[in-house]
Amino acid sequence: MIPFPKFLTPKRLLLALLILLVLAVPLFVTSRYIYHLLIMACIWSMAATSMNLLMGYTGQVNLAHGAFFGIGAYTTGLLMLKFGVNFWLALPAACVVAAFFGFLMGLPSLRTRGSYFAIGTLCFGVIVTVIIDRWDSLTEGQRGLLGIPGPAPIPLPFGAQITFDTMASTYYLILVMLIITVFITHRIVRSLVGRTFRAVRGDEELAGSIGINPFRTKLISFVASTFFAGLAGGLYTSYIGFLSPEISDFHVTFEILIYCMIGGIGTLAGPIIGAIILPVISETLHALAAYRLVAYGVLLTVFIIFIPTGIVGGCKIIWQRLTGSRLTMENR
Amino acid sequence: MALFFQQVLNGIMLGSVYSLVALGLTLIYGILGIPNFAHGALYMLGAYIAFLLVSSAGVNFWLAMIVAMVGLALVGMLIERLVFRPLMEAPHLNSFIAAIGLIFIIENGALIIWGPDFKRFPPIYEQLYHIFGITITLQRIIIVVTAVSLIILMQLFIKKTIIGATIEATAQDRVGTQLVGINVNRVDLITFGLGTALAAAAGALIGPILLVFPSMGGAVILKAFVIIILGGMGSIPGAIVGGVMLGLLESIGGGYITTEYHEVLAFGVLVAVLAIKPTGLFGRQH
Repeated sequence: MIPFPKFLTPKRLLLALLILLVLAVPLFVTSRYIYHLLIMACIWSMAATSMNLLMGYTGQVNLAHGAFFGIGAYTTGLLMLKFGVNFWLALPAACVVAAFFGFLMGLPSLRTRGSYFAIGTLCFGVIVTVIIDRWDSLTEGQRGLLGIPGPAPIPLPFGAQITFDTMASTYYLILVMLIITVFITHRIVRSLVGRTFRAVRGDEELAGSIGINPFRTKLISFVASTFFAGLAGGLYTSYIGFLSPEISDFHVTFEILIYCMIGGIGTLAGPIIGAIILPVISETLHALAAYRLVAYGVLLTVFIIFIPTGIVGGCKIIWQRLTGSRLTMENR
Repeated sequence: MALFFQQVLNGIMLGSVYSLVALGLTLIYGILGIPNFAHGALYMLGAYIAFLLVSSAGVNFWLAMIVAMVGLALVGMLIERLVFRPLMEAPHLNSFIAAIGLIFIIENGALIIWGPDFKRFPPIYEQLYHIFGITITLQRIIIVVTAVSLIILMQLFIKKTIIGATIEATAQDRVGTQLVGINVNRVDLITFGLGTALAAAAGALIGPILLVFPSMGGAVILKAFVIIILGGMGSIPGAIVGGVMLGLLESIGGGYITTEYHEVLAFGVLVAVLAIKPTGLFGRQH
């Protein structure tokens, strides 16, 4: 009998199956509407994953996350539309610009803690939205940026090229970016740096006493988080092709925060599950017409009261009850 | 110079309303430890109740305000009991999400019931006074006087009554308060009711000057948070001083520094203050 390869754990097999499944989506999806939902789910998954990196693993609630998404989106949009920069240069530029603002913002704000940090960052977010809204000569203000082109084709040898003019190709592009984001996040949180993140989340003083610099740790986490927020924003821009100041405002932050919380913070799968399930619920509630948002509010409130750890946390508790196993620190 | 004093007066008027909203918010934070983001939606609800009583039922303005306060106190208690008490042991983020859910429910509920249009109070106290070249309406004087009286009443209530003493004790040491036999659940309930009643009073007072509409709480709640962070969360004097400071900053800054960006002045100042003093002006050290 062939020995079963060691690296093929059930978890990895499941993951591989899942990736195959999402890669195979274009084989059985033809509706533009479904594609749209899938692409948006990928973009918001990315945004939620990046927020989770700081919130779930380092314990800092950044309520300016939507602003960084907006900074990434506007950087891409302005570079492509006003300066004619190629998408493949504008996208990394968006990440760098968002991370740079994250660094600038992190320096003063990360000295504060808890609610002070949350409200301080919320204020920063409002300032960003108002500046985008009022700086007409650069951002076109309320009129918004119209007609932002999609990603340029990638040339391959022998005259072939990868184009992004169909829904399926756009889906693949954004899906690949999501997988890369999740993979890097996974590597970060499993590394030594990730452990220092969780140490700071647990207790800053204690972390400090064993030689971790809490401020530096939080800053690293903050910059990484805003970097990926910028990436998500840039991809959003190229897909939607239109930007208005609302894309940076605190409603976006709240939306991303809700995805993380309902999915389960501090887990890799949580934010993605939240970003997939909640828009679907929201779309389904359209049947209720005017009562849609009221029902959404009721669902949200009731859910968070009865399942405070989110979907992933809830599933883990059920799993624990079924198998009688204990949760270890590592897989919490 | 007349313009300057006019702006100062406007600032004090705005500031006294901000103080009322922030006072309720800081009371709730001090006792329950939750940043209640739904406070702005409750303020809106208070303004609507007062508006409907005055405009449709022809009720006297003062009676309408009192009814709004009592009504909102009941709504606040209901919310505390149903939503926030089950979340007391959970992380604060859960309360935050629940508050966002409540905003969805209350704001969109108001939208469905009363429609999206802006409502204007029928003119009530329209007399004009001219003093040293400054023009001021009676309405504005009434706002300031009422807000100040309510703040003083609240302070007397907390300092001079037994219930007030239990509130103060709970704010200082929750476990200790339980140990001496005080029912902290009841304190939570009363505090929440008081806080939302103050929000309703603020909404009813400002209603005749601004307009009444379903999303009117959004801008106010952000400012109220700026105020209680500036003043230090849970600090009552901080909320009052912070409110007046913010009102003055907005009206004077809006008049002299920048009109285009005047609504972000407050947020900019907060970011600057936190950069220098991370626990706010009157905040306790961690």
